[in-house]
Amino acid sequence: MSTPKDLRYSEEHEWVKTEDGKVRIGITHFAQSELGDIVFVELPQVGDELVADEPFGSVESVKTVSELYAPISGKVVEINEELEDSPEFVNESPYDKAWMVVVEPADNAQVDALLTAEQYEAIIEE
Amino acid sequence: MHNDNQPLIFELSTEGRVGYSLSELDVPAVDLAAILPSEFIRTEEAELPEVSELDIMRHYTALSRRNHGVDSGFYPLGSCTMKYNPKINESVARFAGFANIHPLQDESTVQGALELMYDLQEHLIEITGMDEVTLQPAAGAHGEWTALMMIRAFHEANGDFQRTKVLVPDSAHGTNPASATVAGFDTVTVKSDENGLVDLEDLRRLVGDDTAALMLTNPNTLGLFEEHILDIAEIVHSVGGKVYYDGANLNAVMSKARPGDMGFDCVHLNLHKTFTGPHGGGGPGSGPVGVKADLIPYLPKPVLVKTEEGYHFDYDRPQSIGRVKPFYGNFGINVRAYTYIRSMGPDGLKAVTENAVINANYMMRRLEPYFDLPYNRHCKHEFVLSGSRQKKLGARTLDMAKRLLDFGYHPPTTYFPLNVEEGLMIEPTETESKETLDAFCDAMIQIAKEVEETPEVVQNAPHTTVIGRLDETRAARNPVLRYERETVEV
Repeated sequence: MSTPKDLRYSEEHEWVKTEDGKVRIGITHFAQSELGDIVFVELPQVGDELVADEPFGSVESVKTVSELYAPISGKVVEINEELEDSPEFVNESPYDKAWMVVVEPADNAQVDALLTAEQYEAIIEE
Repeated sequence: MHNDNQPLIFELSTEGRVGYSLSELDVPAVDLAAILPSEFIRTEEAELPEVSELDIMRHYTALSRRNHGVDSGFYPLGSCTMKYNPKINESVARFAGFANIHPLQDESTVQGALELMYDLQEHLIEITGMDEVTLQPAAGAHGEWTALMMIRAFHEANGDFQRTKVLVPDSAHGTNPASATVAGFDTVTVKSDENGLVDLEDLRRLVGDDTAALMLTNPNTLGLFEEHILDIAEIVHSVGGKVYYDGANLNAVMSKARPGDMGFDCVHLNLHKTFTGPHGGGGPGSGPVGVKADLIPYLPKPVLVKTEEGYHFDYDRPQSIGRVKPFYGNFGINVRAYTYIRSMGPDGLKAVTENAVINANYMMRRLEPYFDLPYNRHCKHEFVLSGSRQKKLGARTLDMAKRLLDFGYHPPTTYFPLNVEEGLMIEPTETESKETLDAFCDAMIQIAKEVEETPEVVQNAPHTTVIGRLDETRAARNPVLRYERETVEV
């Protein structure tokens, strides 16, 4: 199962990528494979404040609707509008085309506290 | 089963074919343009199918043969209580005195109907251990919302405007957080412990002076009785919150244990589940709400009362949350529930619960060797298996549910509750015979063996239905919501 080494992860199966002081967030390969075919993605709006561990959106698959939990706190500066028309990106390209939001972290220490790829892999193997 | 391809009614249409004849106009013709604004006047012909009466009859009869209902086969849909609806209910609901009255009739002319409503309220009060009942809410989620609005009004009357949070266990029905949101509350999730019950430590941590209520199903959606219910109620009451009973699973405890005795302050019931109103045909339902004394002032009005002169709708309820449904609830469903309660009697209702519980436990133990059983305890009226073992072999719970269609069964609830991986939630109800339970278990066991030996049979199911496996992803991503003549490709 693919878990890129350069990303950080949350226990709720989000990935976080640091880019120029901001972070890009999506859901993991493992998450999309558990959910099955994604048919709808609901994202926050630019300017919304995420609160760590609180829901910030949802993904709907054929079998269930799951909340997206914010891995860190921060302000949304960009959202992936393509997911509205192409939810299948979440299944096809979870780490690239299906990024969900870009956030300005409120506290960089929260990013550093996230799981490493090795730690995340250990969790999903359980 | 007819393996025919039944066209849409629009595709059966032949231009100019007429299935009706109207009599001559015997009132003065009216010029629509003289009485309606122009934007309301249709300029094109309505695109309705043009078919004969016989075409219509054959078309819809063919479609109706494809239905699956509890009258045609076993329907073990977990937490839905798809029990048999006794036909005596239908006879009584059709009595002229019930079927032909109008809700705007004067009270004095419908005393019998009001007496039935009043007596039904009294029976439900006795069954739930509450102090008062309203029959107004139209169905379960409507009952949840009605009760939460009463709780809100109660707190506001006490000046407790800071009570904005409703606690809901992570195994709850999805309607609970939805009702809380619609009633203007924020939902807070309470974790389950390793036994599948409410985690008391988590609950203690979450309650406070912002707690409006806890919503709880007992037994919960795993079919497990919340054995610490008195402690749970005490924790919520100690901070001034109310405890709400979701009656979805009342069939597991009816006439054995009463929500009112467990510490609940209010309760909704699904008369279309537990009390044999028709269920699964699109309604209507009926979701009465019972309350303890301190919530009575907030009941929806009018409240049906009994006076020396007879039965009477009392509108003089200044603290009422108001009307929640036109007229007085789904009266016809309430007649059916009343008929059921009266024909069963107290001992009959007790036997219902006993049989519902023993049926579920019997099936759980028969299926336990073949499927994972994450919460392995005595269950109440339903139990939840996990398809994890089969998933590792390449067949998911969805595939097994589809395979059950080949055996003529409605599949159980799948992928719920959310805290069970690949969940299969089975509720047999009390009305099924041991032979039916065994036949269903045999089918499940055969499917488990197929997953090991010939998984493709399960992965590609169903094989014997009129239509095979549907592409649910394509249907969800590119839904075709209505017929359009130009775009249809046959």
